[in-house]
Amino acid sequence: MRSEVIRIYKIVHTWTGILAGMALFIAFYAGALTMFKPELEEWASPPSAAASASIAEAPALLAHAFRTDPDAAKALRLSLAPAPVDRIAWRVSEPGADDHDELSVRHFTVTASGVTEVPRTHIGELIDVLHRVVGLPVDGDETRLFMGVIAALYGLAILSGLIILLPSLVKDLFAFRVGKNLKRMWLDAHNVVGLFSLPFHVVMAITATVFAFHDGIYAVQDRMIHDGKLAVAFQRSTPPNPKPRDPATMLPPAEIIAKVTTVAPEFEPTMLEYLQATGPRASVRVWGDDPRGLGFRPLGGFALVDPYSGKMISTDFLPGHGTKASSFLTAIFALHFGTYGGGLVKWGYFLLGLLGAWLFYSGNLLWIETRRKKAKKTDPSLPHQPRNTRLMASATVGICLGAVAGISVAIVSSKWLPGHVADPNAWTRALYYAVFFASIAWSFARGGSRALVDMLRVAAVATFAIPATSLGGALVPSLGPWMRHDAIGVDLTALVLGLVFLRIARAARKRAHDGPRDSVWAIDLRAPVSS
Amino acid sequence: MQRDWVAKSLAGVLLGLGLAFGCSGLLARMLGSLPLPMRAQLSMWIVPPIWLTVAGLVFLFRTGRRAWAWLGVANAVVFGAFLLLRHH
Repeated sequence: MRSEVIRIYKIVHTWTGILAGMALFIAFYAGALTMFKPELEEWASPPSAAASASIAEAPALLAHAFRTDPDAAKALRLSLAPAPVDRIAWRVSEPGADDHDELSVRHFTVTASGVTEVPRTHIGELIDVLHRVVGLPVDGDETRLFMGVIAALYGLAILSGLIILLPSLVKDLFAFRVGKNLKRMWLDAHNVVGLFSLPFHVVMAITATVFAFHDGIYAVQDRMIHDGKLAVAFQRSTPPNPKPRDPATMLPPAEIIAKVTTVAPEFEPTMLEYLQATGPRASVRVWGDDPRGLGFRPLGGFALVDPYSGKMISTDFLPGHGTKASSFLTAIFALHFGTYGGGLVKWGYFLLGLLGAWLFYSGNLLWIETRRKKAKKTDPSLPHQPRNTRLMASATVGICLGAVAGISVAIVSSKWLPGHVADPNAWTRALYYAVFFASIAWSFARGGSRALVDMLRVAAVATFAIPATSLGGALVPSLGPWMRHDAIGVDLTALVLGLVFLRIARAARKRAHDGPRDSVWAIDLRAPVSS
Repeated sequence: MQRDWVAKSLAGVLLGLGLAFGCSGLLARMLGSLPLPMRAQLSMWIVPPIWLTVAGLVFLFRTGRRAWAWLGVANAVVFGAFLLLRHH
């Protein structure tokens, strides 16, 4: 019975892993990078020259924006950072754009002469979208459904993997068998990484499934449990014939902030988010950080204030001021976003994300290795490797390394394109997909073993181009790019990642030439293409 | 054993989802003292973990028929309790 159960769960683990693995690779690689989304966008933004309006001038300009632009009245963000050029931002509604479509957010600067749009890089958001919808271009209802299926398969893969490992846990866990049996070594590494990052993966699988399906779950529960009262409770519905309110009578931002800081003196506000500013349920979320608290989102936590009366509506998600229930919810979000414990946790999540990507990559390698046809000792001729393992090798290399190289190319382009094309953000996204699909095509055309070395080198070059772009900009300013000392961490991290890719490329090349010949990773000497 | 995998998977995915919704209903009843937005969020969050756990553990049942029977009974019990609690 027991071995039978293990056998079934091996099948479950294999198939859920194969179906979801490559999408998860992209989600984890991109997700690791989103830990440094603000730094990436800083890296890609020119040092600001123009000064924005002071916060004292904000009330009149806000009132103007709310009155003249319905999109601004729906939701508007006012940044409180010392001197941002793009002080206010809102999502411009495009036909068909989804609530989650952050790529349609436009940024504006307010000066004494009025409101003008500031072109701004979306590179961080682009990578975040790749993360949220596992490599698809737009975060919308359909793509989120696809992502939810991947997340659920990921959950099943975790559970089945754990069941397979449990009986031999003690025996296998501390046994990392380096040696002749390469498959055993990869399997040991896969098990160790999987088991030690298990809590991280359990959190990610559950939160990702919730992020994908929460609308549907709420819809069912609204009818089944809550008697249809959710729309009102979540303030999604507005009473009929709302009387528009005059935004000129709103409290100025400084007074709204003061209401929050008297309740929470240690709270550091960074942004005001005005919701339904001219409606009967107008509210403003005062976002900010508390170094000692948990962040509900990467932005931190927020207090909800009525911008007209200054009345505190809710402190549920204000760090350290929530109820038991809201603190529990905050903790779940913080566990997904890594918004607790400061820089150390951010770097920890970055590494766990990269290790997660490796976990899915190694899963595919193990699938291939299990189906490998070994040469017989008595027969010197090489057996043909099964077609499905050769195709899987090509797909794994093309998709995974295509995403890695594509993201690096997209980051580099975000610094070169402004000023040369009308819509740099659209170009950046197109470049990502061009590299991604070219990599897949190349990988199937060349075969997995050759494409692996090629694509690792391409990824290394594209990633080295990140610090090279900054350095070039610093040495020869007429080139266009620039170097920002406050974002030097991006350049250094890219340098290290590029070196890692080169190192793996060298190992892959060595295996292709000197490794076992009876493997999809050996360069087939009989093939017409010479290396 | 393996020929039952479709029946088992369906039992896990469908009845597991039903069970998760039933449990979320019970949780919402138990959290009756919390304000609705908070109660609703907590009961939403409980659905995916229960669903995925049942869908994952369903292969421990010896046959597809057993999986459907046991999970069907579990659903009936949970929804029965939910309906009973609704009117008190």
